[in-house]
Amino acid sequence: MKKTYKIVVDCANCANKMEDAVKKTAGVQNATVNFMTQKIIVEFEEGADVDTVMKAVLKNCKKVEDDCEIYL
Amino acid sequence: MTKKQKKMLIRIVISAVLMMVLGLLPIEGLLRFFLYLIPYLIIGYDILIKAGKGIFRRQIFDENFLMAIATIGAMIIGIVDSGDYVEAIAVMLFYQVGELFQNYAVGKSRKNISALMDIRPDYANIEKDGNLEQVDPDEVEIGSVIIVQPGEKIPIDGIVIEGRSSLNASALTGESLPRDVKENDEVVSGCINMTGVLKIQTTKAFGESTASKILDLVENASSRKSRSENFISRFAKIYTPTVCACALALAIFPPLMNLILSNSAGWSVWIYRALTFLVASCPCALVISVPLSFFAGIGGASKEGVLVKGSNYLEVLSQTKCVVFDKTGTLTQGVFEVAAIHHNELTEDKLIEYAALAESASSHPIAQSLLRAYGKEIDRSRVRDVQEISGHGVIAQVDGRLVAVGNDKLMKRLGVAYSNCHRVGTIIHVAIDNEYAGHVVISDMLKPTSAKAIRTLKRAGIQHTVMLTGDAKAVAEQVAGSLGIDTVYSELLPGDKVSKVEELLETKSAKSKLAFVGDGINDAPVLSRADIGIAMGAMGSDAAIEAADIVLMDDDPMKIPKAIKISRKCLRIVRQNIVFAIAIKVLSLIFVAVGLANMWIAIFADVGVMIIAVLNAIRALFVKKL
Repeated sequence: MKKTYKIVVDCANCANKMEDAVKKTAGVQNATVNFMTQKIIVEFEEGADVDTVMKAVLKNCKKVEDDCEIYL
Repeated sequence: MTKKQKKMLIRIVISAVLMMVLGLLPIEGLLRFFLYLIPYLIIGYDILIKAGKGIFRRQIFDENFLMAIATIGAMIIGIVDSGDYVEAIAVMLFYQVGELFQNYAVGKSRKNISALMDIRPDYANIEKDGNLEQVDPDEVEIGSVIIVQPGEKIPIDGIVIEGRSSLNASALTGESLPRDVKENDEVVSGCINMTGVLKIQTTKAFGESTASKILDLVENASSRKSRSENFISRFAKIYTPTVCACALALAIFPPLMNLILSNSAGWSVWIYRALTFLVASCPCALVISVPLSFFAGIGGASKEGVLVKGSNYLEVLSQTKCVVFDKTGTLTQGVFEVAAIHHNELTEDKLIEYAALAESASSHPIAQSLLRAYGKEIDRSRVRDVQEISGHGVIAQVDGRLVAVGNDKLMKRLGVAYSNCHRVGTIIHVAIDNEYAGHVVISDMLKPTSAKAIRTLKRAGIQHTVMLTGDAKAVAEQVAGSLGIDTVYSELLPGDKVSKVEELLETKSAKSKLAFVGDGINDAPVLSRADIGIAMGAMGSDAAIEAADIVLMDDDPMKIPKAIKISRKCLRIVRQNIVFAIAIKVLSLIFVAVGLANMWIAIFADVGVMIIAVLNAIRALFVKKL
């Protein structure tokens, strides 16, 4: 399953780091951060609970880039 | 400017003013340090906090960390050595100004490009109790009647039920010529209504309408990353640790060498250089300019009616050396027209009249073209006993005479002696009362710009043009000859087209790419098999939008060379930016290492490169004249 979220991230390099962090989160199959449109597309693994995964995603993103925001 | 940016601007101004005022005061010693600490903290507190958090979270190699280390280092050198604290503050200041500028420039260009692509209608008008009411187009159900006034965008696909107007579809197709519509015409969302009020009955939901689909496609396009972008991400990952290692070496080895050679070590000089080295190393320009170039390229292309589904496709398109065309609907109009009428005893008009009458009940495209050639109302009472023989033709009683209209097989079946034609095309024989009456040649018309498109492609460096068709060999070769196409494969079944493309893919070199151009209706497998699939005439055809990598909004073949030129310009800019940013960076790092540049110059170079790269990226947007 794929879902798109609106994000706020200030620099392109930070967006890259965010993408890496999201990809490494458990329950996430793949993720793409689109810096230009300020969106993130998350592809969840089968049977993953979207809410818990996204909470972990946000936490991991905050870890690499304190300034970012994901609108869940 | 956003709130964040305004806040930053205020911080920059305050600390700059404070720094200058402090420069005029004759204060010495520790007090001087604490006073200078104020503007330093005002301008740099967030960076220090972020750097601290970074260390805490073991994310130490980021720019905040570099800035914090560099400026704290400069402050310490100030305490123990020179008493000069201006440097640290100025560096912070420059850095923040650069960040602010970058933020603003990127935000601005992002908005500009997005605005270009903005065909999203904000509302739909619905008539309620004689008044117009604006509603969210998402809430309009299929089959509702909406009203579009002059100057408004058509929000949802539908059929005109009342009114006449001209529509400007340039946001969709790049074609600026307005199109006239009247009752019963289909209209697509995203067009701007120019002259009259239109009442439209919607045929699709908002989410399924053309405008929404296109927007969705373009917005997601930059999520499919190109190889250049992935290269940048990988580069950034190894770059920062490498730079840190170099800086460390710069701080330690030269002083050690000095000690060994029993000179004075000069620790402060080399540590300062190492710090400057760190500050100068930020890879921002590179990381920002490449995706921005692609974003601008995709935006510019969509303005011209060329929708690119991803940065990666733009990259592949720029490397295309071989273009394979489908014939019908791509190079030709896919509309069959009567090209010649050869009769013996009957007059030309009579022949067409009988043929059209006999075929009047058929929905076959050939019947349609006969009817169009006849051009008058059909009096169906003159036709009786219509008998359609599949794969052969039609036999019917017209005005009491037995009229047979069909191909060679029908004539043979009826035992009528027919004569073949020297013209190339589909030949329809007509026999009346089992007597041969002549034939009609029907052929597919070339699009007016096909030949020019092929010529332009060749001039643009496309080495090989190929045409695939299911048509007879004679027809195919005549078309290819008149267009100047290099290779023709004819009499192909739909499945053969895939295997032909696979053959071509095998024979070409790995570096040059193959593009297939089709109308997207029955060539979806070929579109997806080619390196890059281009579908044309996509206005309103969902199948084409789904199957292709690049979608041309109208069916003008000239859009193909245009798309290739756009992609090349975009990739040229991407390469320029990569080379330029890396070269300047390496150069300024060398200058810093040998002591030719100080921290200010390093920061200045960084911001400068970034601005030039962003401005260069924006050039990808301007593709009108290509």
